[in-house]
Amino acid sequence: MTVSIVGTSEPRVDGYDKAAGRTKYYEDRMPAEALFVKLKHAEKAHAIVRSIDTAEAEAIDGVVKVLTCFDVPELPFPTAGHPWSMDPGHQDVADRLLLNRHVRYWGDEVALVIAENEVAASQGVRALKVEYEELPFVLDAQKAMEPDAPRLHERFPNNILKHSDIRIGDYKTAIREPGLVKVEGWYETPTVQHAHIENHGCFAYMENGRITVVSSTQIPHIVRRVVGQALGRPWADIQIIKPYVGGGFGNKQDVLYEPLCAWCCTQVGGRPVRVDCSREETFVSNRVRHAIRFHIVTWLRPDATIAARKVELWSNQGAYASHGHSIAAKALGSFPQHYPCQHFEGDAWTVFTNRPAAGAMRGYGMPQASFADESNIDDCARVMGMEPMEFRRLNIMPQGFHDSFSGNTNYYDSFRQCMDRGAALIDYARKREEYSHDSGPIRRGIGLATFWYNTAVYPISLETSSNRMLLNLDGTVTLQCGETEIGQGADTAYAQMTAEALGLASYRDVRVVSCQDTDITPTGLGAYASRQTYVAGFSIRQTAGLLKEKILKYAQELTRQSPDCMDIVAGNIVRRGDGALLMSLKELAMTAQYNPVHSEHLTAESTYTIRNNAYSFGCSFAEVEVDIPMCKAQVKRIINVHDCGRLINPALAEAQVHGGQSMGIGFGLSEQLLFDEKTGKPLNNNLLDYKLSTFLDHPRLEADFIQNPEPSSPYGTKALGEPPTCSPAPAIRNAILQATGVAVNHIPINPHTLFAAFTEAGLIRDPWREEV
Amino acid sequence: MYDMKALYEAQSVRDAIRLRLEHPEAQIIAGGSDVLVQMREGRRAGKELISIYMLDELRGVSLDEEDSIRIGSLTSFSHITRDPIIQQYINVLGEAVDQVGSPQIRNIGTIGGNTCNGVTSADSASTLFALDAIVELTGQNGVRRLPIRDFYIKAGQVDIRAGEGEIQTAILIPKESYENCFGKYIKYGMRNAMEIASLGCSVNVRLSPDRKYIRRCRIAYGVAGPVPMRVPTAEAAANGARPTRGMIDEFAEAVLLDIKPRDSWRASKAFRQHIAVEMARRALTEAIERAGGVIE
Repeated sequence: MTVSIVGTSEPRVDGYDKAAGRTKYYEDRMPAEALFVKLKHAEKAHAIVRSIDTAEAEAIDGVVKVLTCFDVPELPFPTAGHPWSMDPGHQDVADRLLLNRHVRYWGDEVALVIAENEVAASQGVRALKVEYEELPFVLDAQKAMEPDAPRLHERFPNNILKHSDIRIGDYKTAIREPGLVKVEGWYETPTVQHAHIENHGCFAYMENGRITVVSSTQIPHIVRRVVGQALGRPWADIQIIKPYVGGGFGNKQDVLYEPLCAWCCTQVGGRPVRVDCSREETFVSNRVRHAIRFHIVTWLRPDATIAARKVELWSNQGAYASHGHSIAAKALGSFPQHYPCQHFEGDAWTVFTNRPAAGAMRGYGMPQASFADESNIDDCARVMGMEPMEFRRLNIMPQGFHDSFSGNTNYYDSFRQCMDRGAALIDYARKREEYSHDSGPIRRGIGLATFWYNTAVYPISLETSSNRMLLNLDGTVTLQCGETEIGQGADTAYAQMTAEALGLASYRDVRVVSCQDTDITPTGLGAYASRQTYVAGFSIRQTAGLLKEKILKYAQELTRQSPDCMDIVAGNIVRRGDGALLMSLKELAMTAQYNPVHSEHLTAESTYTIRNNAYSFGCSFAEVEVDIPMCKAQVKRIINVHDCGRLINPALAEAQVHGGQSMGIGFGLSEQLLFDEKTGKPLNNNLLDYKLSTFLDHPRLEADFIQNPEPSSPYGTKALGEPPTCSPAPAIRNAILQATGVAVNHIPINPHTLFAAFTEAGLIRDPWREEV
Repeated sequence: MYDMKALYEAQSVRDAIRLRLEHPEAQIIAGGSDVLVQMREGRRAGKELISIYMLDELRGVSLDEEDSIRIGSLTSFSHITRDPIIQQYINVLGEAVDQVGSPQIRNIGTIGGNTCNGVTSADSASTLFALDAIVELTGQNGVRRLPIRDFYIKAGQVDIRAGEGEIQTAILIPKESYENCFGKYIKYGMRNAMEIASLGCSVNVRLSPDRKYIRRCRIAYGVAGPVPMRVPTAEAAANGARPTRGMIDEFAEAVLLDIKPRDSWRASKAFRQHIAVEMARRALTEAIERAGGVIE
């Protein structure tokens, strides 16, 4: 009897409680006596704080303490949720203080008020009088590199955090080949925000001289280290507890207010204090996605193959380093693998500006790169008079392609398989033909875009995963895993993988301890880089093997059978040779615990250092209807096809894709954080003016999968967390191109963008503009 | 937790007037979908509130003795949309307020609050302007009625005399204003829900009995100026005309002579002007078709 638990669409282990509203998030664990911390955000884009008058705030009833940028320790710390590197040259830039005298963006924290209630804390903040010395500011990455631009950080001339390049072959010589066609474009992506449902927040308290922080974070073990760095305390002196989290998308893959909260706690004698971000603060004073400007030059031969390619990109870092150049480097690195050519020249700059700090966000540079790359590729196809899918089939990463740095191989020709599946599902060829005849004010179009994605961060950073398993008295198994559930369904995948590896009857027989506590939970790195299911797979398989060995060894005492002759199947110890049922796991667990002669607590734990990576592939097909006079594009249908290896839980995989498509639709059509050019002030940092797409802006979201087993993974799986976000925006852009003939090279393609583009293209007339 | 100095709960309209006179600085709160948001943002922090939300006498839609449609000021948007009188006579208003925010906001938000805010983007306002609605105010000196265009003074300011303890108690649509009229409201937003109008356009027409002529056309915009507005030049172009494509185009382009949209980061003037013309074209076309007219 074999039970297949992996690969089944099981309900989420936490689904019932979440639907019933019982799940405990950080606010549900709040000590009743916690003091409220409210932050004073600078209302200048670039300035030096001269003084802060706190007298009026301190006089407000209920205010406990006012702290300012003149009170904080001089201990610069980094915030990126990267694993610690033993190599100082590979450590993150430490450019943050808890509060800042040098204000580098509109919203930077300069002071805070601790009070007994929220109203007093807010009143206190409003009563603070801050005196600034204003400095010139810069919002655009390329302008920030100009010689006379204001400098944000002394250590970084021309505001360049980092520059990197890629050189393959000899681009300059290659472009002299006779008969080449040049396709050049500038492509631009906006500053957007994660807009997870649960805003970030945390609370801290002291117990026996140590500090505990309960936080809505993706990365508890990394937060522990950074809180230690920021407060100048031994890292092990800090305990981080991560309860259930209502989404993160990378924003919480950064250390946000945990160090500040911990420090506030030490300033009020260890009493519990809470920091809760409002939505408005989340937009500006957490992290955003890097806005990136791309310049791409593609040289095509008459046979439509790519002779040479040049890519330059400028990534807008905002005020602080956070994840920094990793995003731009990843974006640049995608090009020569996506469409390999013999001659490639690429340069990426990450540049500080007086905007909110950009950090990790679902896709980590790839949605930006994919928009630019796939727009340019459609432009190439158009110039060559070629059908865009055919152009891709000709030039895209071939089967067998191997990247020597990551060690990844395209084993199965996944790109072409994904495109073929998607084209069949959406009836691409017929619609492409049909829509090419559309004319008049309302036109339809269909477009396509592809992407590839790495799984986890090897070999750039450490990849490690640990977990612990315990056999319970009822024959179930408790799993503690360092990798975090943040809403994506990771715990359910772990339960399924554990149950299958141990031979339990059901994934319900695995109790996943969802909460990570750095004092107790085996060390994990957290939810990022679409890594968790892949990396946890290694350590779960390994620990399950260890526990199984211990169980069968104990079973040997009770059954007199050799462990080699036994197995665990559907929760029972069986003899391999004849399948005889020897005893249940429950009987074994009870006996092992209460055996007066040999009592044993059956548990196992292990760490697996992962030294593999895996290519994840996919594509989006989008159908749009464009109302030209109204300057509106509506997505009528969208299908993503992914090869993310073998699916652990198909229903959850599909849900993951839906979420990514939704994010991709917003990225492509409506979302953008805006700043006042005159002051640097954010204009739309709220859910009304920041246009997240709503249910009514979505068609039914469709997902399909090519399940080529990933050879490096014990479960045959690879990245799916971030990939669904990478390709919808360029697919929509390319559909609009087919519908209207207008190539829109910056997103979001909202009505303002379309108004300008259609006016320029002469699709809408505007005689009244001059008349009035 | 709201930074609220005090909350007074009115028990009747008389009581509300008394509270207003006693607390002249206090803000009236109905559904709270605007006031509480502003209070949370700090704009109205520390204020006193007078709640009129419990006054059921201000809820509901009825026909008065003169067959005017009377909409109590506390009637919620979702109530208006589903009300049989509204559906029978002025369905365009039901459609307009069905585009406010989200289902939750439409259940709590009231038409009185929507108009008393004095904002140009209110989804109900352009249709009420196009229907020549009458605003009823009740204060210590009794009832005062005024045309909605006089009710709006400037952006964010309406003609309610706090010193006389006034509150808005109803909105009336006279029979002459709705009889045999068919309308269409188009909301232009950057997304399809949870949105404040970038521009709103409401058109209604009454055709001749043979449906060959437009007897009366009224068109009003929100966000085309600091307060909602009618566009008389376009109306004049349509009144008495035979509905043809050319006439509709002429009507649509004529709106530019009256509207005064502004440039802001939310939308440029040129963009709003372009969209306004297209909205007029589509709203009039739809209104004529709903009235049973045929466009030549």
